[in-house]
Amino acid sequence: MKVLVTVKEVAEVDDEFEISGLDIDEASLEYDLNEWDDYAVEEAVQIAEASDDDVEVVTVTVGPERAEETVRMALAKGADRAVRVWDDALEGAQFLDVGTKADVIAAVAEAEEPDLILSGVQASDDSNGATGVALAERLDLEWAAVVNDLELDAEAGIASVHRELEGGIEELTDVELPAVLTIQTGINEPRYASLRGIRQAQRKPLETESLGDIGLDASVVDSPVERTSMYEPESESDAVVWDGSADETAGELAELLREKGVVEG
Amino acid sequence: MTVLAVAEHRRGDLRDVSFELLTAGRELAAELDADLAVAVIGGDVEGFAEELNREGVDTIYTVENGEEFNHGVYAQAVEELSAELDPTALLMPNSVNGLDYAPAVAGSLDLPLVTDVIGIESGETVEVVREQYGGKVETTYEIGSERYALTIRAAEWPPADSAGDATIEAFEADVDEDALGTTVRGFEEVGSGDVDITDADVLVSVGRGIGEEENVPLVEELADALGATLSSSRPIVDNGWLPQNRQVGQSGKVVTPDVYIAVGISGAVQHVAGMKGADTIVAINSDPNAPIYDIADYGIVDDLFEVVPRLIEEFGGQAPEI
Repeated sequence: MKVLVTVKEVAEVDDEFEISGLDIDEASLEYDLNEWDDYAVEEAVQIAEASDDDVEVVTVTVGPERAEETVRMALAKGADRAVRVWDDALEGAQFLDVGTKADVIAAVAEAEEPDLILSGVQASDDSNGATGVALAERLDLEWAAVVNDLELDAEAGIASVHRELEGGIEELTDVELPAVLTIQTGINEPRYASLRGIRQAQRKPLETESLGDIGLDASVVDSPVERTSMYEPESESDAVVWDGSADETAGELAELLREKGVVEG
Repeated sequence: MTVLAVAEHRRGDLRDVSFELLTAGRELAAELDADLAVAVIGGDVEGFAEELNREGVDTIYTVENGEEFNHGVYAQAVEELSAELDPTALLMPNSVNGLDYAPAVAGSLDLPLVTDVIGIESGETVEVVREQYGGKVETTYEIGSERYALTIRAAEWPPADSAGDATIEAFEADVDEDALGTTVRGFEEVGSGDVDITDADVLVSVGRGIGEEENVPLVEELADALGATLSSSRPIVDNGWLPQNRQVGQSGKVVTPDVYIAVGISGAVQHVAGMKGADTIVAINSDPNAPIYDIADYGIVDDLFEVVPRLIEEFGGQAPEI
């Protein structure tokens, strides 16, 4: 059995940041493994560990060379092998509409032929929340979005999942395999990479593929969607912010709570 | 020209976002000089159609098929209806279920899809507003194609409320039942238990800023000193530091206490959806730009580990050693 996990390196913005042109200034960004993908990797590794059969966990990433640090982190946490797609043609791609990323990952998935694809519900930077389901559509696979519990019956070819709906309701659904499941945070407890894992990750295969290698060309980045501006939203804050030492501010808040009758005296 | 909006319902009720979609759809249809069509799929479609008959809606298409949401049924029905109506804009909710079929529909109809839209401006081309980087910035996208699909964020548009005079039409979607690869077995309510945070008059809520599980008792002690109930944001529950029945937010509970004290909570939109109805909101967060301050009435921009122990002492408690 083979599990493919989509892994994205996301940009995190410093508390203080600058916008330059149509994006946040590179100096205000730090990069990390997308939180949702961390849970997806963990889920795949747990499936491999729990199975009596050989389960191969392969990660796929669309990103520049810098992203290899993040990919190695996923390998250190237990993935077996990684594929990273990058190309000069992707250099300026903004992936604003959902299609481009899904097209690229679908080309990798077609070559890998996994039995199960796990993808984070969303990426913390773009928050599209749509790549996994778009990927399923392109591959003509079944899918389930926002999964926070997964029982796999590989023999019957069924994944029994809980989908986390709004308001504390979960939908219990059976999904025919092969399928794409988008993984919600909280489904498991992602492990920290061990020192041994980090060492081993250096020796695990990490292939780099160009668009041509996976049977695509530069036209995959063509998109009718274009970014026209980026700005800091105007603060709607009209909060009374108390200044001073912690003693003073705590005193102000205590007084307010007494006024409101939260506590007496 | 047509704008097509797809309603959402669950367990017998239309969800609020359906009525917000009508407003977004009506505004866009007016700018495009287009008709507004609404699709309602599954469940009591005739009852739902009556409710969705609000001002500005031209036609409501009812698609009878099953009781509850199934993404295969939704995808096939919306695709067929789109083939019939050829909509310029296809509007769907940016909900858990909306994101379970919208990307499939957009892919199959070869439409660009922009999700989690919070504003739509239409002139010569359509421009949409969305957030990025966890809400730190807003960005506008221009969509240069004739047809496109959008999912809209809940609670960004007011619900459409005045009565309308739409035509209600049954639409026979030829859903291929054999092609449905998922079976919904039922629903489960989670997060019940001994504590009902929706009942509390005062909530002290702990978020990611608390850092470590060992530090949670600090905020618990504050709740005790105030005679309040302890609640939390999502990461605390994801980490297993508090049970699910304590979670405030979109996927947890919606609470409306008299006083809500957010400790180390940044105020992501999913959290705010669960607590913005509190009478008085107090935030303790060291980041002055945290979105929680957009809705807070009072704030202390300082290290919670400095402020909370002092506050506990104010009320005669003793801060635990952490």
